Amino acid sequence: MIDILQIFLSESFWAASLRIASPLIFGVLGTLLCERAGVLNLGIEGIFVVGAMTGWMAVWLGAPLPVGVLAAALAGALFGLFHSVLTVPLGLSQHVSGLGITLFASSLASFAYRTALPQVSSPPRIEPFRSLDVPILSDLPFFGTVLFQQTALTWLALIMVGVVWWIMDRTPLGVALKAVGDNPEAVNAQGLSVIRLRMGAVVAGSSLMALGGAFLTMSAFDAFFFGMVNGRGWICIALVIFASWQPGKALVGALLFGMFDALQVRLQTEAGALVPHQVFLMMPFILSIIALVIVARRADYPRALLTPWFRGQR
Amino acid sequence: MSGSILAMRGMTKRFGPLLAADSIDLDLYRGEVLALLGENGAGKTTLMNMLFGEYTPDAGEVRIRFPGGDEEILPPGQPQAAISARIGMVHQHFTLAENLTVLDNILLGTEPLFSPKRSRRRARAGLHRLMETSGLNAPLDVRIRNLSVGERQRVEVLKALYREARILVLDEPTAVLTPQEADSLFAAIRDLLGDGLSVIFISHKLREVLAFSDRIMVLRHGRMIGEMPTSEADAGGIVRMMVGEEQARVDRTVGKPGAPALGLAEISVPASRGHRGLFDVSLTIHEGEILGVAGVAGNGQSTLAQITSGLLQPGQGTISIGGRDVRRLSPARALREGIGRIPEDRHQDGIVADMSVAENLVIERLDSPEIQRQGILRRSAIAAHARTLIDAHDIRGPGPQARTALLSGGNIQKLILARVLEAQPGIILANQPTRGLDVRAASEVSRRLIEARDRGAGVLLISEDLDEILTLSDRILVMHNGRIAETKSRDRAVIGAMMTGGAAA
Repeated sequence: MIDILQIFLSESFWAASLRIASPLIFGVLGTLLCERAGVLNLGIEGIFVVGAMTGWMAVWLGAPLPVGVLAAALAGALFGLFHSVLTVPLGLSQHVSGLGITLFASSLASFAYRTALPQVSSPPRIEPFRSLDVPILSDLPFFGTVLFQQTALTWLALIMVGVVWWIMDRTPLGVALKAVGDNPEAVNAQGLSVIRLRMGAVVAGSSLMALGGAFLTMSAFDAFFFGMVNGRGWICIALVIFASWQPGKALVGALLFGMFDALQVRLQTEAGALVPHQVFLMMPFILSIIALVIVARRADYPRALLTPWFRGQR
Repeated sequence: MSGSILAMRGMTKRFGPLLAADSIDLDLYRGEVLALLGENGAGKTTLMNMLFGEYTPDAGEVRIRFPGGDEEILPPGQPQAAISARIGMVHQHFTLAENLTVLDNILLGTEPLFSPKRSRRRARAGLHRLMETSGLNAPLDVRIRNLSVGERQRVEVLKALYREARILVLDEPTAVLTPQEADSLFAAIRDLLGDGLSVIFISHKLREVLAFSDRIMVLRHGRMIGEMPTSEADAGGIVRMMVGEEQARVDRTVGKPGAPALGLAEISVPASRGHRGLFDVSLTIHEGEILGVAGVAGNGQSTLAQITSGLLQPGQGTISIGGRDVRRLSPARALREGIGRIPEDRHQDGIVADMSVAENLVIERLDSPEIQRQGILRRSAIAAHARTLIDAHDIRGPGPQARTALLSGGNIQKLILARVLEAQPGIILANQPTRGLDVRAASEVSRRLIEARDRGAGVLLISEDLDEILTLSDRILVMHNGRIAETKSRDRAVIGAMMTGGAAA
């Protein structure tokens, strides 16, 4: 018991939680944008892989880190455009298109990696983002480590929470996005374009998802591995329900998951001899499911989620 | 176009094999109320959707004349153009985002999308002024999902007025309103006519059309059949124009009540989210009678219908069918016991919109050997069955294999009636069976219910339309606040008082 208490009191536990949460924050925000506009984006898992590969590859080819981030976002936007063309103007099944994008995107990323590096046995490394040593602030007790020794990408994730919140809650664009996910006919009758709003949301959301992937290769690690995304995209699909499609709660959800994951790593070392380590690996997922069961019964889905809209249909 | 502010010429629109609008011409003059009349599927809504750019016409043009005398041909299929020409449309199905507030819904599309913040203060002040001058009020900061239908209707009108509509299209604005709400809506709009507003008004309710409009145009099968000033119109003449022949009026006939068919004894249901409670409701439907339940919507009628069709289990009380107590009535049990159900929301609960007409016609008897053999559907038998019922009930639409969603409301109701009556039910639950139907379809439904009664079925008729209750019912119950009381009176004033909680007579 004392051990667990010590874990919760340690700076490194909280710093790790935020670090683990960072890619999820990008992913949940991206999912939130897509679903608020009425489009489910199951392409997220593949878009994570593409973002991870593209960001890493750009830097490995010699681009500076910020350019790598941009390249990842752009790659995500392209796959978002693909998904949105299939599901919005063409109105195809969002499930089928999304899963197709995931398969296609992750395979393409791996293919590009193998084509560029046919021979290597150990993955080549890049110089990743370093933690931002903010003068004075980084030396604060506790918060100095938890908040101010994170990398720029974690900070970008936190800033994006604010940006998405501002857009959804404070701008006419956010009002229109929420409306188009609730009743597209309301948007059309007011002279706005349902198609453009939905496609825009999917493209923007997908580039956020790709940033989540880029975080993995450019901040959490310094190389690209196959299978490194490891279900993080799917977690975001669940977390957005937990978050009731609200940016603030999305941050909370991602942090909770980050905490579970950081906790299980530490419990493994504490109690690894007694319990098989797989049990600890399962823990964040099981806790997420429990949290979802509690919250999702009251989940207020965007009413037009999954429903394609066609002009002049009766 | 002498003096008119709007001229539509040769408007034509096809949906697959269906010619929904066939070169229709229409003129609208400043400050008038033009009523569009016609049966379900006559093309009224199609015509208005072309005006507003929701549908792109196959042929025809819409010409707008502005106060200065400038003319403009509206580009087809662009709601934005119609809005810029200051045409406002209040759709039959509300176009409101339920997760947003009234204010957000009204401002949607009026602000530049990419502005960094919303500019609410001036809009709010303007809306308060507008609400004052128009007499239409709505709580600006409440989410639409928490509003009543009457309030939502007012928001729709305010939305159009906020955009300074000069031409306001109202598509069946009173279908979901109480008479009081309808009257106050009309009064508010009347006041705005003096300021140069012109109104196109679609309705089935002749009484409203005669009271509220200046001019009447009648459509039939997608064609303009005639027009007249309202002052020269009479109800009989209009109905003749709409349906093309003298309408057989439904006359009140008396049933011959037999043994009890369905009984509710001291049924109570606690109120909960989604439905109102019932308190000690007892009633008996006899074979061969129509038992009418009058009342203002939302006084427990929906709960009563759900209880009797097995969709909801009562907290207390017993249900008996043919004199036997039924312990637990499920929807399947209700069907087996010969209860036919005509649901209140026919689109939502009466049909599966994406399935074909033929499939919807057999959906309640899939276990019948005529329909399937060893779990395999007999497609040709189903198709033949559909053709028989479509002919017998005059269900109009693109055909038995078409998606049921393509049918008009009246024809969907005919489909449901055909399905229910084919099973020869001993008990029929008809909840708002003629709501939103045109004169011909409504009288057809009434006639069928009387036929079923004369055959020996017991009919529970729940309706907000007091005229319908008075014409059809052998006995009358009145619901108020989840309680039910019988009345011997057939006086509108007496029953009306009971509906609003006055003493029983």
